[in-house]
Amino acid sequence: MEHRPLKPDADTREHLVVIGNGMAGCRAVEELLARDPSRYRVTIFGAEPRVNYNRIMLSPVLAGEKCFDDIVINDAAWYADNGIALVAGDPVAAIDRAAKTVTARSGLVETYDRLLIATGSDPFIIPVPGKDLPGVIAFRDMDDVDMMLAAADAGGDAVVIGGGLLGLEAAHGLSLRGMKVTVIHLMPTLMERQLDEAAGWLLKNALEARGQTILTGADTAEIIGTGKVEGVKLKDGTLIPASLVVMAVGIRPSIQLARDAGLAVGRGIQVDDHMVTSDPAVLAVGECVEHDGQVYGLVAPLWDMCRSLADGLVEKPSGYRGSVTSTKLKVSGIDVFSAGDFSGGDGCEDIVLRDASRGVYKRVIVKDDRIVGAVLYGDTADGSWYFDLLKKQKDVSDLRDLLIFGQAFAAGGGAADPKAAVAALSDDAEICGCNGVTKGQVVSCIAKGAHSLDAVRGTCKASASCGSCTGLVENLLALTLGDDVQSGPKTMCKCTSFGHDDVRREIVAQDMRSIPEVMQKLHWATPDGCSSCRPALNYYLLCALPGEYVDDQQSRFVNERLHANIQKDGTYSVVPRMWGGLTNPRELRAIADVVEKYNAPMVKVTGGQRLDIFGIKKEDLPAVWADLNAAGMVSGHAYGKALRTVKTCVGSEWCRFGTQDSTGLGVKLERMSWGSWMPHKFKIAVSGCPRNCAEATIKDFGVVCVDSGYELHVGGNGGIHVRATDLLCKVANEQEAMDYCAAFIQLYREEARYLERTAPWIERVGLDHIKARIVDDDLGRDALRARFLFSQSFSQDDPWAQRAEGAEAEHHAPMARFIPQEELA
Amino acid sequence: MNTAEWLDIGWVDQIPVRGSRTVQVEGGDDIAVFRTAEGKVFALLDRCPHKHGRLSQGIVHGGAVACPLHNWRISLSTGEALGDDKGCTPTVPVKIDGGRVLICRASTLKAAA
Repeated sequence: MEHRPLKPDADTREHLVVIGNGMAGCRAVEELLARDPSRYRVTIFGAEPRVNYNRIMLSPVLAGEKCFDDIVINDAAWYADNGIALVAGDPVAAIDRAAKTVTARSGLVETYDRLLIATGSDPFIIPVPGKDLPGVIAFRDMDDVDMMLAAADAGGDAVVIGGGLLGLEAAHGLSLRGMKVTVIHLMPTLMERQLDEAAGWLLKNALEARGQTILTGADTAEIIGTGKVEGVKLKDGTLIPASLVVMAVGIRPSIQLARDAGLAVGRGIQVDDHMVTSDPAVLAVGECVEHDGQVYGLVAPLWDMCRSLADGLVEKPSGYRGSVTSTKLKVSGIDVFSAGDFSGGDGCEDIVLRDASRGVYKRVIVKDDRIVGAVLYGDTADGSWYFDLLKKQKDVSDLRDLLIFGQAFAAGGGAADPKAAVAALSDDAEICGCNGVTKGQVVSCIAKGAHSLDAVRGTCKASASCGSCTGLVENLLALTLGDDVQSGPKTMCKCTSFGHDDVRREIVAQDMRSIPEVMQKLHWATPDGCSSCRPALNYYLLCALPGEYVDDQQSRFVNERLHANIQKDGTYSVVPRMWGGLTNPRELRAIADVVEKYNAPMVKVTGGQRLDIFGIKKEDLPAVWADLNAAGMVSGHAYGKALRTVKTCVGSEWCRFGTQDSTGLGVKLERMSWGSWMPHKFKIAVSGCPRNCAEATIKDFGVVCVDSGYELHVGGNGGIHVRATDLLCKVANEQEAMDYCAAFIQLYREEARYLERTAPWIERVGLDHIKARIVDDDLGRDALRARFLFSQSFSQDDPWAQRAEGAEAEHHAPMARFIPQEELA
Repeated sequence: MNTAEWLDIGWVDQIPVRGSRTVQVEGGDDIAVFRTAEGKVFALLDRCPHKHGRLSQGIVHGGAVACPLHNWRISLSTGEALGDDKGCTPTVPVKIDGGRVLICRASTLKAAA
């Protein structure tokens, strides 16, 4: 179907007249044609004598990176092919809504059935003396670019008024074209609408390094010159010479035509959700409109508006709901991005990453676990991802820790290449949260010779506390050193070249009996080890030599030495054992008495169904224990690499769902296994039915009772890395459940590395290995169980009772007291 | 025996090898007294420069103690943090006289103040 332009008599279709041949006007027509190519006869009026081009790309044209033909969106053939009449270079001067006509500057009159106003915006010219001098221009269309190019050919000085996006792009282009450019910006930082203060400051420094002069907080008083521009005078009296002044202080919706036609206007032409103005026959779209009180100066909302407009024109109204905007730009070759609200305020939290040497700044603003704004400078790769999270209002609490590192890292999971993600981190990115170590510090520590994980741990402390960043550190080692990483089995610590497994094997093989003997025979590099290897060796010897090895108190962490948990103020917390989570009036009374007698400031119910008494002084511990012992309570080992708690539900005794006596089994398991030292802490739970109220499937050993018996689960963890248990097997009765539990604990005690929980241990050796040893090998299981019970015969000796009776008293009492006042007296 | 310069705090044997005891100073922080595997005795303010952990509760190895809170290693002879950590705990001069441990009175008062 061919409809040639300007043959109105032959064409009976409704006539759509578009005022504006820019991005919005043409996009609206494109959207319309996509929906129904033949519904309307279309005429477009354009002020510029050109086809439709991409205004955003004027900057690359100015910079010499592109020419006009490169930025054309729709060429002359497009108008012809679609039967669109283009009236270019002849702007519409008046609208007569009563007659439904428009009149162009040339006097051409066109009637319309529907009128679309897409006049865009006008550059704002600050009303200073000299603003009309030749050589003072805006930066809005191709004509402005041509004038700037002509000025640049003559060389000399240029002043750009306005340090927003447009002004900076003009400055960059003129600078590249050889002019000496000064940017005058009224506000204290550049691009304050898109960038926060920090990013604005980085940008200013970068532009200055490129040779531009940036004056912020500078207010223009007048533009001087006779006959043509000669310079700009600031209110503080500074005079800046210039043969070209580019006024780029902002844009205003172009609404004069609409206002003269009597349409409702505010800041822009007011439209409803279907882009219809106060006159149902007249529509408006783009930067010239005001929708729901908002005007937009960016291109993305325009696309949304054009879709809604076209839907309305073909009578399938969808409705425009406003846009959340983001800005992703290249300013003078520097990537910047901003989206949403970055002004901060109540309830907003900032997550900030700075990497000064790489010129990267990232800031994500989070409120109520949702991203409300983002500012990126230097590296905007993740801008769209943040913007997507912002628009979708996604809960980011799960991603929060890694959010600032970007999508590949935070959302990558197993899919992303972790090494690439680590490589992409900036030097200021925090690697180790426990010790506050940044990537830069880790890398510099590696560069200084720490060529193994343990060496890194020893020098900069990264991964030396909770170890959850070990993978990151290992990737940094690989990235920094390539093949030179000292890998192989990880050494126990920097005191030895042996790994944990080697040391354990040698302890048994050579029948070593003390820590000094191990250090001697295995050529320890340090005289008496360190705080990493000594506790490990002490445990390995204790496990290998039950009843024979004498525990080395000085090789235990303070909590295990003092049988209480040290708190950050130097006081201790005390958790008496409550078998299977059961207690009675006598125990509760004793606890209450202790709390009052020793002024404990807090008592807390723990996650393990016990009571934790806080704020006990080191000197008072033996007396506290004596009081608790008197009521029949023993140490809960809440401080140790040992059996902690056995959590239970009420089971068949009380619960209508209970299938077995979970409480009773829990008490039996706790009685069997309390007091045993292990590679790490060990938690057990018993649930009376599959509802699993005791959370047995995140414990090291969990029993879930079912009608037909007992499911045994192993290797769960509810800590930093949550891991649900693996099902080990199902057994028929309580005794079997206890036997398997004892065997499993002993296997863990004998094979896991010190400070390795059951979860990573099982992941390392594989569930099949555990099953082969515990389920498939009856004799082996019995032997393991027997070894555990033998070991327990030495370990079930309440450490509190021993100390309450005076053992290890020196740990609790000061050696001497010194009272300065008495000395003076 | 206490003198104008020295405070007598007890026998060397009262301090466990690779261990520590404290001296309470009324109105101030404790002083931690350490005994290394080699038998040397050192005294420091019982306060890690990092987060004020009780150094007396740490593991003593070589000439250093590892703070129980965050595993900073503090030199017993200088009080300086080792490795990449920066910080210093005040030290108190010690001398052994006939099996008795004597610590400097002035430094004790100053450190614990």
